[in-house]
Amino acid sequence: MLTKRIIPCLDIKNGRTVKGVRFENIRDAGDPVELAALYAKQGADELVFLDITATNEKRKTLRELVREIARYIDIPFTVGGGISAVEDVEVLLQNGADKVSVNSSAIHRPELITELASRFGSQCVTVAIDTKSTPEGWKVFSKAGTVDTGLWALDWAKEVVDRGAGEILLTSMSNDGTKNGFALDITGEISRNVIVPVIASGGAGNEQHFLDVFEAGADAALAASIFHFQEVPLLGLKKFLAENKIDIRC
Amino acid sequence: MKIVIVDYKAGNVQSVLFALERLGAQATVTSNAEEIQSADKVIFPGVGEASSAMRALKENNLDLLLPTLTQPFLGVCLGMQLLCQHSEEGDTEMLGIIPVPVKKFEAAVKVPHMGWNNLHHLKSNLFTGIKEDEYAYFVHSFYAPVTEHTIAQSSYPEPFSAALQYKNFYAVQFHTEKSGPAGAHILQNFLNL
Repeated sequence: MLTKRIIPCLDIKNGRTVKGVRFENIRDAGDPVELAALYAKQGADELVFLDITATNEKRKTLRELVREIARYIDIPFTVGGGISAVEDVEVLLQNGADKVSVNSSAIHRPELITELASRFGSQCVTVAIDTKSTPEGWKVFSKAGTVDTGLWALDWAKEVVDRGAGEILLTSMSNDGTKNGFALDITGEISRNVIVPVIASGGAGNEQHFLDVFEAGADAALAASIFHFQEVPLLGLKKFLAENKIDIRC
Repeated sequence: MKIVIVDYKAGNVQSVLFALERLGAQATVTSNAEEIQSADKVIFPGVGEASSAMRALKENNLDLLLPTLTQPFLGVCLGMQLLCQHSEEGDTEMLGIIPVPVKKFEAAVKVPHMGWNNLHHLKSNLFTGIKEDEYAYFVHSFYAPVTEHTIAQSSYPEPFSAALQYKNFYAVQFHTEKSGPAGAHILQNFLNL
């Protein structure tokens, strides 16, 4: 059976991991390649690298980093952060990235999704959607959750799939950082209403939260700090999920 | 040993090169007929859409060359599907080397089929040392059904061909280069053929 995926997310700035990773038995926790290799060994199913560098040097640094990751890591990985052009994606894929994720640039210019899908195939186009619970319902926010786009999360999810997205990375800004669990309702609703896989993100605090979101319909679940700080070790998490009848690779 | 990777601008060539490098092997990336003909092993990766990939092969006359090859040949992902007969993707006539059709997954499941799935009914020296139900990484929306040429199956939810073999042509639907230690082992098995 196809298994549910567990995806650690690494934030990258100027080619280094940020967010104060705390690991023993690791020489340089700021080295994305070393951290990625450790996660791969521990059973991560995929990795996401989110580049938050904001300089002109960005493209070159990111290209070199992607190449190093691809050289040493033998599981699939997605690269996201500030991608807005077909040329950016071509460089990342040529250097060994398996997928790219686009977010604000797709909201700004939805045609980008179709351009990427027709050029490289839907399988490598992940659209990241940041959503917040409002009194009217779940809406899409851009610019790190500061700008209300006026879009409904479910409508936007359906649209990006129609335009060629091969996967949705759904982050609940309302849950992110709370460690109180994923946004089960909107994750389940979107997952039931689109044909492509949905990665749930935001709010993971313990093993039970992963079980809950998979039972709600997520195809994959992403988290960052709880893995970096070893609050929820990967191996134990996968064992827990397998014991609870979730199809999982372990 | 001379290994070539067929270049037609539609493959994840770099990932395959790195996977070979991790095994201590080097490969040449080329679309040159003589280079390909003289190789000991030929690897044929592919991602993207079937009809545009076939167009790219024809532009380089690779559609005529590849079926004539006699050395061990490994198609990967779209590279597997291109070896088949006809694909429902873009209603495309493929290379026709392996007499198997390529069909689209029914709408009852999430498409693409993306992630780690088990390999079962293994029956080839390509899988020497690989245990039944080992996991491999897949990402695809079209599949080859199970036939007499199937050498490994996977299920989503119905069984489909995770790998095919016809004479010297081996082909895997999953990404050996992204399937962890098991994928590396399968790639090494191919190099050992």
